[in-house]
Amino acid sequence: MAEVKEVVIDVNNVSKDFLLPQEKVNSLKGVFISLFKPKSKIVNQHALKDISFQVKKGEFFGIVGRNGSGKSTMLKILANIYQPTTGSVDIKGKLVPFIELGVGFNSELTGRENVYLNGAMLGFSRAEVEKMYDDIVEFAELRPFMDQKLKNYSSGMQVRLAFSMATRANADILLIDEVLAVGDADFQRKCFNYFKKLKRQGKTVVFVSHDMNAVREYCDRAIMIEKSEIIASGNAGKIATKYTRMFIEDSKMGQTEDTSSSNRWGTGDVKYSKPKITVTDKLIEIIVSAKANVDVKDANFGFSITDATGQKLLGTNSIIKKVKIPRIETNQRIKISWSFPNILRDGDYFVDLAAVNTSNTVWDWWEEAASFRILKEENTTYTIHPDININLEEVN
Amino acid sequence: MQKLRERYRYSIILLRELVRTDFKIRYQDSFLGYVWSLLRPLLLFLILYAVFTKFLKVGNAVPHYAVYLLLGIVFWNFFVELTVGSVSAIVGKGDLIRKINFPKYNIVVANSFAALINLGLNFIVVAIFMIFSHVGVNIYDLLLIPLIIELYIFSLAIAFLLSSLFVKFRDVGYVWDVFIQGAFYGTPILYPLSRIPQHYQLIRQIVMSNPMAQVIQDARYVMVTHQTTTINQVFNGNDIAWAIPIGFTFVLITVAGWYFKRRSNHFAEEV
Repeated sequence: MAEVKEVVIDVNNVSKDFLLPQEKVNSLKGVFISLFKPKSKIVNQHALKDISFQVKKGEFFGIVGRNGSGKSTMLKILANIYQPTTGSVDIKGKLVPFIELGVGFNSELTGRENVYLNGAMLGFSRAEVEKMYDDIVEFAELRPFMDQKLKNYSSGMQVRLAFSMATRANADILLIDEVLAVGDADFQRKCFNYFKKLKRQGKTVVFVSHDMNAVREYCDRAIMIEKSEIIASGNAGKIATKYTRMFIEDSKMGQTEDTSSSNRWGTGDVKYSKPKITVTDKLIEIIVSAKANVDVKDANFGFSITDATGQKLLGTNSIIKKVKIPRIETNQRIKISWSFPNILRDGDYFVDLAAVNTSNTVWDWWEEAASFRILKEENTTYTIHPDININLEEVN
Repeated sequence: MQKLRERYRYSIILLRELVRTDFKIRYQDSFLGYVWSLLRPLLLFLILYAVFTKFLKVGNAVPHYAVYLLLGIVFWNFFVELTVGSVSAIVGKGDLIRKINFPKYNIVVANSFAALINLGLNFIVVAIFMIFSHVGVNIYDLLLIPLIIELYIFSLAIAFLLSSLFVKFRDVGYVWDVFIQGAFYGTPILYPLSRIPQHYQLIRQIVMSNPMAQVIQDARYVMVTHQTTTINQVFNGNDIAWAIPIGFTFVLITVAGWYFKRRSNHFAEEV
């Protein structure tokens, strides 16, 4: 029998408007003047429109959406920091009152004093903090630094202390806004372990993130907010895929054949034409022709592929491939084609081209000469996505 | 009682830490540290004492004028510290307000506690002066307690108003700065009330209806000399006159509390 779980967060038709005067009146003189002026323009910014969702006890619930979509506003409404303009939010159980790490940290105080201060923010008395003090310091690995002022901590140390405090929060419902964006790999692993622990303990978590891998891994369900409205909700994996897709499609619209904005320089002795890219499930092929404007020799032609985050993924050139290029006469054209297996995952990619001679005179250096997109049937959270065969057989 | 404690548990914990932090930060990096809390008023009083008793001779007719003057200044300083400090209290904690939900009045109350602590320290200085001036101490001095409570409520009410108004109207800070300078001279602190001639009855009544004036004069009456003019005297000996400043204080704290509570839900969006 399916267990009917209790709804602990019930959001009903919540809208939030921010009334932003075109010119903000924040002086008495301003008020005085605006009394006599015909109505000054007030821009009603809809941060959220008619949002409804429910979160059940023990669920990990994701809220995804791009910057400015209203997801953080939603979290602040859940945390009771903002009041909804219309609609209601019902919360059952003790809600952690903060949405960020290290709230109330004061850089002029020592680490120890900050533990007590932050503890008070979380609702712990001095005696209670006293009892867990050692554990907090141990977890943050900051034992020798506790009597130093916080301003002398590195940002990583501050985050560790803050996170160590946050894990102490004694609540049924936690709101987490993008904590994983900070900290080194070691710290992130700690975060993950903490999340797993929360899951085991059956805590309810609302999680706002840009990191779709984290959403896929931890969230049971998710909603996607776009332009103040919920545009999708359901299984976290599906929502995460949808979100990634939306980004890819979006960047297409912004980008046309026009590459004038791309970065190109060099002597112009040899110049590339616009490359042609063919993408199939198996293979990616780049074809380009180079035209010599003067007689040149010892040419070296190369390319590289960059992903949307600027990471250089692969590339090569004719020297690495040990291809000897013959002398090129003035006005002669050479057609070059590169091809490699399609191991890229979903996303947008850019092709950089270079034509240099072997003594490194740059003839044509063309960044983002072309772009292409990968959309595959399958989905992966890993950096590359080769076609992987899976084979199962029964062994007796 | 237990229930009340439970309900305000979070506020109590928070208040304690906010006050503690405030106090720590205030005297950080100063050589004498907390000693300044005591030294500063003491030195300021010595200056005033010298100016007003040796050069200006304003209060020669008043017995124990030094203590009389100091008492007024101590109360006034408390009022100034509490209200001026509160103006930017909410805005100054904007970072906190935007990230965590907690009862906002704690910020203003924590701020007022800092002023209360200083008031206590100032009274040590007053006590020193009383001993040197041979002002007797008696049981009636305990009447100071209800007077301080009244003063505290009055100041707190203004603090609630100023801090919440400042979120929307930043000129409140300037207005209050100027206003408080004027109010200093409109309150009988440096001069005895007898300096306002008897036939300006209405002015004397208005001046004394100000809770600040009433509290200071009453404190002087019980602590220093019965020659001090109290509010009933300017209202033809009618004791009901006390209802004016006290009533005003209660109306003010009610209005200020209501306004603050109503506004506090929106602080996070506006600071």
